[in-house]
Amino acid sequence: MEHPRSLCALGAQQSVAAIERAIPILHAGPGCGYKLHLGLGYFNGFQGGGYSGGSAIVCTNMGEKEVVFGGEDRLRSVIDGALKVMDGDFFVVLSGCTTELIGDDIGSVVRSYRNDGIPIVYAATPGFKGSNLAGHELVVSAIIDQILEPAKQVVPGLVNVWSSVPYHDPFWAGNLLEIRRLLKGIGLEANVLFGPDSGGIDAWKRVPSAQLNIVLASWTGVGTARKLGEKFGATWFHQRTLPIGSRETSIFLKKIAELTGRDDRQTAEFIAREEKIFHYYHERSADFFLELRWDLPDRFSVIADSYYVGGIARLLVNEYGLIPAKQYITDNPPEEFRPRIMADLQEIAPGISAEAVFSSDGLAIRDGLVSDGPTPPIILGSSWDREIAREIGACYCGIAAPLTDRIVSNTSYFGYQGGLRLIEDLYSSILSGIQ
Amino acid sequence: MANTFDTAGVAIRENRLGSITGYCGDAQDLVGKSRGCTFAGMQRSFTQSGTCPSFCSTLQLSMVQDAALINHAPAGCAGDFAMFNLYNRYGQGKRKMPVSNARLISTNLTEHDTIFGAKQKLYDTILETFRRFHPKAIFVTASCASGIIGEDIEATADEAQEAIGVPVAFVNCEGFRSQVWATGWDAAYNAILQKIVKPPKEKHPERINIITFIGENYYSELLGPLGLEPNLIVPFVGVDALSRLSEAGATAQMCPTLGTYFAAGLEKLHGVPEIKSPPPFGLPLTDRWLRELGEVTGKQAEVESLIKSEREAIKDELKVLQDRFKGLTCFVAAGPAHGHSLMAVIKELGMDLVGGAGLHHDSALDNGDPGADTLDAVVKNYGNFNYSVSNKQPFELTNLILKLKPDVLVLRHPSMIILGAKLGIPTIFMDDEHLGLGYRGLVRYGRKISNWIRNPSIERTLARHNPPPYTRWWLERCPHHFLGVNKDE
Repeated sequence: MEHPRSLCALGAQQSVAAIERAIPILHAGPGCGYKLHLGLGYFNGFQGGGYSGGSAIVCTNMGEKEVVFGGEDRLRSVIDGALKVMDGDFFVVLSGCTTELIGDDIGSVVRSYRNDGIPIVYAATPGFKGSNLAGHELVVSAIIDQILEPAKQVVPGLVNVWSSVPYHDPFWAGNLLEIRRLLKGIGLEANVLFGPDSGGIDAWKRVPSAQLNIVLASWTGVGTARKLGEKFGATWFHQRTLPIGSRETSIFLKKIAELTGRDDRQTAEFIAREEKIFHYYHERSADFFLELRWDLPDRFSVIADSYYVGGIARLLVNEYGLIPAKQYITDNPPEEFRPRIMADLQEIAPGISAEAVFSSDGLAIRDGLVSDGPTPPIILGSSWDREIAREIGACYCGIAAPLTDRIVSNTSYFGYQGGLRLIEDLYSSILSGIQ
Repeated sequence: MANTFDTAGVAIRENRLGSITGYCGDAQDLVGKSRGCTFAGMQRSFTQSGTCPSFCSTLQLSMVQDAALINHAPAGCAGDFAMFNLYNRYGQGKRKMPVSNARLISTNLTEHDTIFGAKQKLYDTILETFRRFHPKAIFVTASCASGIIGEDIEATADEAQEAIGVPVAFVNCEGFRSQVWATGWDAAYNAILQKIVKPPKEKHPERINIITFIGENYYSELLGPLGLEPNLIVPFVGVDALSRLSEAGATAQMCPTLGTYFAAGLEKLHGVPEIKSPPPFGLPLTDRWLRELGEVTGKQAEVESLIKSEREAIKDELKVLQDRFKGLTCFVAAGPAHGHSLMAVIKELGMDLVGGAGLHHDSALDNGDPGADTLDAVVKNYGNFNYSVSNKQPFELTNLILKLKPDVLVLRHPSMIILGAKLGIPTIFMDDEHLGLGYRGLVRYGRKISNWIRNPSIERTLARHNPPPYTRWWLERCPHHFLGVNKDE
């Protein structure tokens, strides 16, 4: 595997660190926490460790002794310490490769604490079990199974959102805030669960009482929604591509409004206002697009997670007049989701479809780009792709992990403003590159 | 356990150098306890995430310009690839070299591989790596998973080497093997010693190997006037140049914790003399290091005149800086050896060193020379001070720093800097390990600190809004509570 764009299941530590006042405890080797922080956080938009991540992550630092004699006693000792030292509301124990290969039973250790009334859960997340996207779902599933109770009653207007995987998507925090803002605009309270002001463990406890679950990704989150359906009879809606720009966001909001009984005047007015603002800026930059189009590349390739590829393609095709070159889907979606992902790239506009390549391998992507047409497409990818962009003379903008050429704060590529922001970032990067 | 430098595996530091990761007390006491390598150190019953040998091996090997590196591991162990790729591209740019991605490959071990083994997968990956990049050497780094399932990487590497005709070197850097992640340097250097370095064809006595990271080449300031050429290794060097390390006139190290095994190995296997004096940081230690270098290279007279002229050149500005820093208290936490060098620099700048912490402690070095003890050298030149050993453990350092209340913090490790900043203390990330080098380095360092502490607004803002994640209970305990020291109970 050349140019890894996702890491391993223990990357779930980042999802835990993204829950307010949650404390990740790793039962793993000494280097896991740091490497995963580097790959998913720091060298991915220079996201720091936050409150309980980065160098603060609790870890048993399993050594030869634990490998030979077992590490359960060590885990107990470290949990005891964490409960005294770490100022948190909620603890999540995650196992790494070492733990699972030697067969420590972290479940029985953690259950004994939970039986004493301590808010603590565990998830088996050995690195060899899958990517950090899988790890994210494993830890979400563990919290649902081990903490959540059926709701006494449904809270009308409360919706859970399962979308951008924290840290892995450099724009996760901004996306979640913007999703919340837009849903609020149509009268809904979005329970986004991760990121600033998301409510910590108390917000998680409200998950079963939501009126609707929105899965806003091609496949991550679907397992969570299915589980909530089985366990609590929850209903869910699957939005496979990230709504970016005016057209897709309005379709999305209208759909959600319909499903939640909010297709009323407030929703219509809110959408109209957001569209009006979007089209003010769209019109204002149109001189630029119409005039510089002569000289700028008219095709694009997105090298990113599937829901970003679909979302960006729709924005650029439907609202900015660009043509898709090959698209590269790097999040290795399970087979059952691939036909839908490909279908979503067909007939984006009349007569305009995009071919999808499912690969995150540096060479496969390079070969695809080198042979893709007489002029190079614009590349929207990760920092790995700077090299091929330069080799073929393509314009490049970094939008995916790992991201070492941007520092990301609250940037969001979701919604009306996200569409404008993406255009701004993409063409600013192109303009700065050609001067 | 002494090392014989003749096998592909390198013994871990705990066994080889009596290295420890837990201690609290003072520097002089630790120097005394270290004699004889029998001090077992102290163990923590609670810990935060450290670092592993694999990270250190990769840091040294990922920027060898015409080599490739394969990590035989699940994908998460490649979490540092993006970092080393950035370092590589940034460093190439700074050195006016063509900028390219680092050649880093993961075998992406899966559950299936952990059950059925991944020998063939590794073999195929080595051949594919060769096909993609045509590297002049391939390094294969181990992982916890590959180690526990018993992959014989060395045998596979040897087989693949036969097939492709370039060196394929095994790096035994399994994460669980050692709590002293510096063991990963040793594993990386051992791979170079075993598979890359060749006996000398000719001698270049003017060439001085400097084992280091990726800092600016300030070594030329010291070596240039002596007619010597610093050969900074290992990052940004090519395989051919590494194969000729045996031709150098001597080997020195930016930090003996980094290069202890490599320098001793080059001396033992290829007769390249190691400069054993502590590295040239602070006036007396720079004098001493230069004099040893002068002895080894026959440049005694040039060294004496250099010492005289350089001391004279910095005298006035150093005095200004010392006056500015007078009365300021400072705490330094860094890897040992280089951390000790930083402590010397802080003392030279006229600050009051209220404490220091090393991320581990080597009771001895591979050269076996007690005169090479860097902590001892700091104590002898500048006096004793509060000292502890802590393999990161921000909870412990946060507590300790709150108790010592220094005016300035000097830290060396990424992702740790924020711990001091969250306490509102001006915290200096000493990234370029060469900045404080020699005589002029003292002035450079002083200027850097002086500007850095002039406006601690980022630290103050952080301290007001983002407290560290520790309980009041913890911050009121003795910092070394989890080492079993309970001064408060």
